[in-house]
Amino acid sequence: MPRSPGEAESAPRPPESQTMSGPPAGIEEMHATRHVRLEDLNAYYGSNHAVKDVNLSFEPGRVTAIIGPSGCGKSTMVRCVNRMHEEIPGARSDGHVLLDDVDLHASNVDVVSVRRLVGMVFQKPNPFPTMSISDNVASGLRFTGTPRGEISDRVESALEGAGLWNEVKDRLSSPGMGLSGGQQQRLCIARALAVEPDVLLMDEPCSALDPVATLKIEELIGQLKEKVTIAIVTHNMQQAGRVADTTAFMLDGELIEVGPTDKMFTTPDDDRTEQYVTGKFG
Amino acid sequence: MSQPAGTHPLLATNGNLRRRHAVNRAVEISAWIAALLAVAVLALVITSVAVKGISSINIDFFTKNTANFGGGGIGNAIVGSAIIVGVATLMAVPLGILVAIYTSEFAGQRSAFAIRYVLDILNGVPTIVTAIFIFGLIVVPQGKQSGFAGSVALAIVMLPLIARSCHEVLTLVPGAVKEAGLALGASRWRTTLSVVIPTAISGMITGALLAVARAAGETAPLLLTTSIFPDLVQTSPGQAIPNIPVTIFKYSESPDPTKHAQAWGAALILILFVLLISIIARTFSARTRRRLGAAR
Repeated sequence: MPRSPGEAESAPRPPESQTMSGPPAGIEEMHATRHVRLEDLNAYYGSNHAVKDVNLSFEPGRVTAIIGPSGCGKSTMVRCVNRMHEEIPGARSDGHVLLDDVDLHASNVDVVSVRRLVGMVFQKPNPFPTMSISDNVASGLRFTGTPRGEISDRVESALEGAGLWNEVKDRLSSPGMGLSGGQQQRLCIARALAVEPDVLLMDEPCSALDPVATLKIEELIGQLKEKVTIAIVTHNMQQAGRVADTTAFMLDGELIEVGPTDKMFTTPDDDRTEQYVTGKFG
Repeated sequence: MSQPAGTHPLLATNGNLRRRHAVNRAVEISAWIAALLAVAVLALVITSVAVKGISSINIDFFTKNTANFGGGGIGNAIVGSAIIVGVATLMAVPLGILVAIYTSEFAGQRSAFAIRYVLDILNGVPTIVTAIFIFGLIVVPQGKQSGFAGSVALAIVMLPLIARSCHEVLTLVPGAVKEAGLALGASRWRTTLSVVIPTAISGMITGALLAVARAAGETAPLLLTTSIFPDLVQTSPGQAIPNIPVTIFKYSESPDPTKHAQAWGAALILILFVLLISIIARTFSARTRRRLGAAR
């Protein structure tokens, strides 16, 4: 696939004018306010040093894309933000991940509260196989003890927020697995949004989807960035060009360069960034 | 590449190709024969038991109690087997499931491996050894046989089967689904309870049912623990409880040809029960496979 800076720049941006049909509560009132700052972040799998001294911030209201070749540590890096990295046997990390001023890795911070504030959407749509559409969206609320009475409103609001409400409102009790791949991924986004996180991490959310479903998710990201701070890992540079305000380029665990997306794809400072975005390697 | 004019390379045959075809055919045929033999053995066992046992099966066979000579049935043995296996199931299923949850969800790699290894060894222990162990542990100190002792012995037979099969099913639940639960802020036990177990539950039921089927036919653990019983319905686990496997054993040793026929009849009942359980277990496992297939 040809990857020229020009193409990335001229790639269609999500239409700004398109708005969601008013969700009743919750998601609509959310505003992205929180900064995420990674300071000297290192992550390891046993003796494998996967993320090296990364300093990077995710700004509210702006989408940050993390690009880089396979195995460069970009997924590992975002998984440190919601502490999913530490779930893997033998994995550890050091350095700081600050949400505003609080270190998410501090010993007095509970991992459950971290994940309440930092939601995640994975590479492959992973709805809970035994749950209906509405139960999938409600699952996070149930895990965190939301009063029963609030749940159905928040399910609707989250599905609206994920642009899925109109497609599923007549079959909320049918299995989440019965949806198409793209719908399943938007269901997973709704599930993450339902607990009203401050930050949403997306780990290659479109890599298992077809182009039409991908476009829908990208439009959704454009709408959601006002409500929640978004970081998206992608190996698709056109996608980074379309959705991201800021782009970070990683190589072999190191953060090579970060800057405004347009600049990263046209006049990057580092030679390696230029070689990567012009398709010379990776 | 040069080749004789007129022979297309796709049509050319040589010794090597012919040999490969022959080996392929030979392996295919031996596999067929082996499969046929296995099915034939099962069919032979079932038909011979059915032919010899069917004559003694009537209403009395189910309603009357065991007797040393002449008529009678196996009513008390059916009730007793249900009680012994039921109590064993109540002991082995919760324990086996908890062991499986520990090894698949919580244990480190090394301890999970060690526990699974121990379970495999326990599974390989001859059931007569289990019987002697329980004989020494429960029957001798109490000075009498009991249905409870039989249940404990059967539970030991069932435990590794349940723990291993449930472990296998739990590990089939995709990691992505577990991660989704954790990433939503659910703790590990909550993810296990609300997400992992519901996904795997049919497979876990299959494992438990197959263990029940296995335990229902076990004879050795009962011979030393609950084999000296009166020809009455006995429901108290504190006493020796009549049961089908020991009844089959006793009747087959009897000089009375009627008893031989009844032994075949009891064997037929046992086989039909195991068959029924296996069919139910299969339907549950098909359901799990569908669910897990969809999650992949």
